[in-house]
Amino acid sequence: MKHPKDKEAFLAGAKALLPLVPGVLPFGLVTGITASKQGFSTLETMGMTLLFFAGSAQLVALQLLRDGVLPLIILLTVLVINLRFMMYSASIAPHIHSLPKPLKWPLSYMLSDQAYALSIVKFTSTPSTSHLPYFFAGSALTMWLSWNVSVLLGAMLGTGIPESWSLDFAIPLAFLAILVPAIKTSPNLAAAAIGGLVAVLGIDAPYNLGMLLAAVSGISAGLVVESWQRHQLAKSQNGGNHE
Amino acid sequence: MSDLALWSLFAAVGIGTFALRFSFIGLHGRLHIPPMLKRALAYVPASVLAALVVPAVTLTGPDKSFAFDNLQIPAAIIAALVAWKSRNTLLTLVAGMCSLWLLQAIF
Repeated sequence: MKHPKDKEAFLAGAKALLPLVPGVLPFGLVTGITASKQGFSTLETMGMTLLFFAGSAQLVALQLLRDGVLPLIILLTVLVINLRFMMYSASIAPHIHSLPKPLKWPLSYMLSDQAYALSIVKFTSTPSTSHLPYFFAGSALTMWLSWNVSVLLGAMLGTGIPESWSLDFAIPLAFLAILVPAIKTSPNLAAAAIGGLVAVLGIDAPYNLGMLLAAVSGISAGLVVESWQRHQLAKSQNGGNHE
Repeated sequence: MSDLALWSLFAAVGIGTFALRFSFIGLHGRLHIPPMLKRALAYVPASVLAALVVPAVTLTGPDKSFAFDNLQIPAAIIAALVAWKSRNTLLTLVAGMCSLWLLQAIF
């Protein structure tokens, strides 16, 4: 950050992320608590958190580890869940192109759902300057710090929480809180319905392939409904022309 | 799982996830995302999250079987309604946990 305006953009990005912290905190706490209740040491939990830096992927990995799934299947499942980062990377790349190359490595590592969503809105709604990319740096670093601190807190609290609180239920609830707003269209509804159904039916699938199978089936269902909708739209438009 | 296997898994996930994040930022202009993959990626959150939530809520019996006295199902329905109306993570968590505790106290 050579220019004072770089710093200004950085701070604006950091500030924009702060209102999202109350949503991140419970998710991070649940992740830390789950890991420590599963018997992971604070070092293991934080090593995992730092290497993953992806909340949903981490909770899925924890669940699969508990079920004793083969590491290769865990790796594959987690990478499918994280495929979305490739889409974010493609979408944000042209906007942060002007940043110094050495900075692109740590900033890629810190690319998160929250920092991406805030930055892409900022980048597409304001005229681009050479300082604006630092907005992403500010929001990405703030998100990274909030996430790691909240998981650490959860890991330290972890075993002190009694079984009778049924805190295991907080994990599906945290996912439910993200899932429900994500169901905005019928293809998304189809993806969720089929994904959920296949996951239940495939619970006893060999090598615990159920999760991966459910993800792939759900995605296919979304694509099928989307094509069907397009087809219906094209048909109704053609019909209109003939009458 | 041994320590070595565990840390290898964590490292492999870390490297793979970094590669996904760095892909377009690092190789700007030299890589294009196929349109079909882009469309498919739009359905990853809904399908993956549902695949996580539905079995975790419904299969609470021994060996992940269905149990009829499962109080998580009504609690999850209440939480889903709260999520739908409020779109707030914290509020959804609080509503779901409180519903479960209340139901457990009653039944």
